[in-house]
Amino acid sequence: MSRIKMRVQTVNMEYRSRNRIHPQKFALWVACASITMMFAAFTSSYLVRRAAGNWLEFPLPTVFYFSTAAIVLSSVTLHLSYRFFKSGAWQSYRIFLLAAFVLGLAFLALQYQGWVALQQMGVTINTNPSGSFVYVISGVHAAHILGGVTALGVALLHAFVLPFKATSARKLRFELTLTYWHFVDVLWIYLFFFLLLQP
Amino acid sequence: MATMTTTTNLPATQHDEEVLIEQLGYDDHFHEHHHGDKYKSNFITTYIFSQDHKMIAKQFLITGMFWAIMGSLMSLVFRLQLGFPQESLTWLKPFLGKWIVVQNGVGSLSPEFYYALVTIHGTVLVFFVLTAGLSGTFSNLLIPLQVGARDMASPFLNMLSYWFFFLAGVVMFLSLFLSTGPFSGGWTAYPPLSILPQASTGSGAGMTLWAISLVLFVVSVLLGGINYITTVLNLRTKGMTMWRLPLTIWAFFITAIIGLLSFPVLVSAFLLVIFDRTFGTSFFLSEIFIGGQALEHVGGSPVLYQHLFWFLGHPEVYIIILPAMGLVSEVLSVHSRKPIFGYKAMVFSMLAIAFLSFIVWAHHMFMSGVNPFISNFFVIFTLIIAVPSAVKVFNWISTLYRGNIRFNAASLFAIGFVSLFISGGLTGIFLGNSAIDIQLHDTYFVVAHFHIVMGVAAFFGMFAGIYHWFPKMYGRFMNETMGKIHFWGTLIGAYAIFWPMHYTGMAGVPRRYYAFDTFETFRHFTELNQFITVAAIVTFTFQLVFVINFFYSIWNGKKLTVKNPWGASTLEWTTPIHTGHGNWEGKIPAVQRWPYDYGKNGREFIPQYEPLGQGERDGGH
Repeated sequence: MSRIKMRVQTVNMEYRSRNRIHPQKFALWVACASITMMFAAFTSSYLVRRAAGNWLEFPLPTVFYFSTAAIVLSSVTLHLSYRFFKSGAWQSYRIFLLAAFVLGLAFLALQYQGWVALQQMGVTINTNPSGSFVYVISGVHAAHILGGVTALGVALLHAFVLPFKATSARKLRFELTLTYWHFVDVLWIYLFFFLLLQP
Repeated sequence: MATMTTTTNLPATQHDEEVLIEQLGYDDHFHEHHHGDKYKSNFITTYIFSQDHKMIAKQFLITGMFWAIMGSLMSLVFRLQLGFPQESLTWLKPFLGKWIVVQNGVGSLSPEFYYALVTIHGTVLVFFVLTAGLSGTFSNLLIPLQVGARDMASPFLNMLSYWFFFLAGVVMFLSLFLSTGPFSGGWTAYPPLSILPQASTGSGAGMTLWAISLVLFVVSVLLGGINYITTVLNLRTKGMTMWRLPLTIWAFFITAIIGLLSFPVLVSAFLLVIFDRTFGTSFFLSEIFIGGQALEHVGGSPVLYQHLFWFLGHPEVYIIILPAMGLVSEVLSVHSRKPIFGYKAMVFSMLAIAFLSFIVWAHHMFMSGVNPFISNFFVIFTLIIAVPSAVKVFNWISTLYRGNIRFNAASLFAIGFVSLFISGGLTGIFLGNSAIDIQLHDTYFVVAHFHIVMGVAAFFGMFAGIYHWFPKMYGRFMNETMGKIHFWGTLIGAYAIFWPMHYTGMAGVPRRYYAFDTFETFRHFTELNQFITVAAIVTFTFQLVFVINFFYSIWNGKKLTVKNPWGASTLEWTTPIHTGHGNWEGKIPAVQRWPYDYGKNGREFIPQYEPLGQGERDGGH
């Protein structure tokens, strides 16, 4: 009897400990892995195509440095906002969330400026594959940022419309947004250094 | 508890089952929170926009069947043209309209539409039938039921997954009615045929719709895959360790991981194709002259597309075959009343296949100008895949060996799968050699190889699964006699179609040709070609037996009277005969042992929810 009971108890413990991560968070990580593969394909195509020759060399416009700074700052402010959310500092949470949202929009605007700068340099979308890759990679990344900005917009709506209450559902939603936003931020840092250094 | 140890030596009864699940099961307070059916629903949410994984599985299956019939009919039309070019196809004019060209009273299929049919046949069968129809159906049906979950991690995403697939199908279907015809550049969509609208009739609007359809399809696969992985890792019931998962679940899990890592690469390739088509970039187009006019495209590399495509394309064949392998493992074990031989070896071989599938893609490109020294690398890893594959075949045969085999439709199809997998796998060893590939590439040898090993074999796995789990899906049995007629007709028919193709292929007959009448050297294959066409028509007729059986049995099949008709030990057979949304009425059964305790302790089978007896060892470990 005791043997089976012990077995049941250990199984019960195993079962609880296995569910440390929320299924939706886990699903988001899996989705991030999938997005990573997509960009891995772009950047490895870049390398293969560059090795084939007929490759226009040009410097990356300076505005991309500013956009990178914007997205990093946005990640930092969002993280602070999350800290304040957890500690119950309602006002700071809202302000930093708004800052993250605005910086996210600024990133998109700066990326657009980057494309304009490329055009002015004479690197249009179909001048040479080296330029086309920059447009495609930053463009597809911007599409993913757009998704993140939308999530931030929803979070902002929650912050300013709903009464402040750190329920577990809202915490989960915030954490999902936070993870995704950090992910697209790190993704851009990788892409930026990749395009900058042209390894 | 003393009674518990004594019951271990008796066959489990309905009563024991209820007592054990009640005593040891996992109470998630499901029915306290949601009085009765949590998902109390109307007609639309039950049958159309359903979030119940079992209904979504049926939706995938029936949509898959629709596409299987469409795809097969297409192949019959082009087989008729290939086998009997002199015969008039005018009788097809009511269906195909202007694509039947009548000259001197003899109607023949127009070459453009021939290529379109070949292309759509390939696309539809690879993606819609053998990916969505196979892994979509059974991952959805079996993952929650066999791991002991109420539903998928996200039932909503799961529903979206089906509807994206449905939309992909609608777009593909519409492309069939374009005045310029559907895409006709082959299912691989190599540039320049897929990029330059002027390259062929189907390269314009046909290709646009094809690309939209495939992108929608990839979204469906990714949404599904995220759900499958999360459900397997996070929603297993109490006691369901990874080493207690049925091999079906291992197969779906590994399949989903492969899909999630490889399909995004295909999206990248398609995006670059779309940029080349619409924005004039030159990722995949090198200098091209059309009608003496130089195009603006400069410096692209069509081989780059092939790399990206086959980085998905090769894992894709394992996305197709692994679920079939999982289904076959389960069906063989249940119906030979023996534990699966080498459970862990089965899992590790699947993991090995999954890993290797990512580093062999260039064996599709030996003749594309890939550096022969790089080919060496791909040859070696390709041939190494024979090792885990042989392990699996050995284990299936060992499972059958001295088993108390029930020869019903499900197990026959599973055994047929093993036969086809061996026949098709052996020719893979030929093709994996870059030197032999010089002769065999792009011939009917290739067609024979992949149709047997991943086409027909995967279909056999699917049929085994359908005959086996039909009672779980609809609470009725399919007709056994019709099932056996279906099996023998399909087995003999499939070999009759594809076996001769090996010979024509070795003689160098190229695939994808519209006609061979200008080649004197291929003339002596005319009768063989006709034989293949006749065999294809006959085999298709046998599939109609299956379709009739399937739909007839949904409403009129023999009713299920017990929960567990096959005497299987896995959890899906502990749910009520007509399983509601949420799967178990009370607690979720807790798992106490591995899923393959057949013929143990003098009992025919011991279900997974039954605790281990005194001193009994768990099988999987």
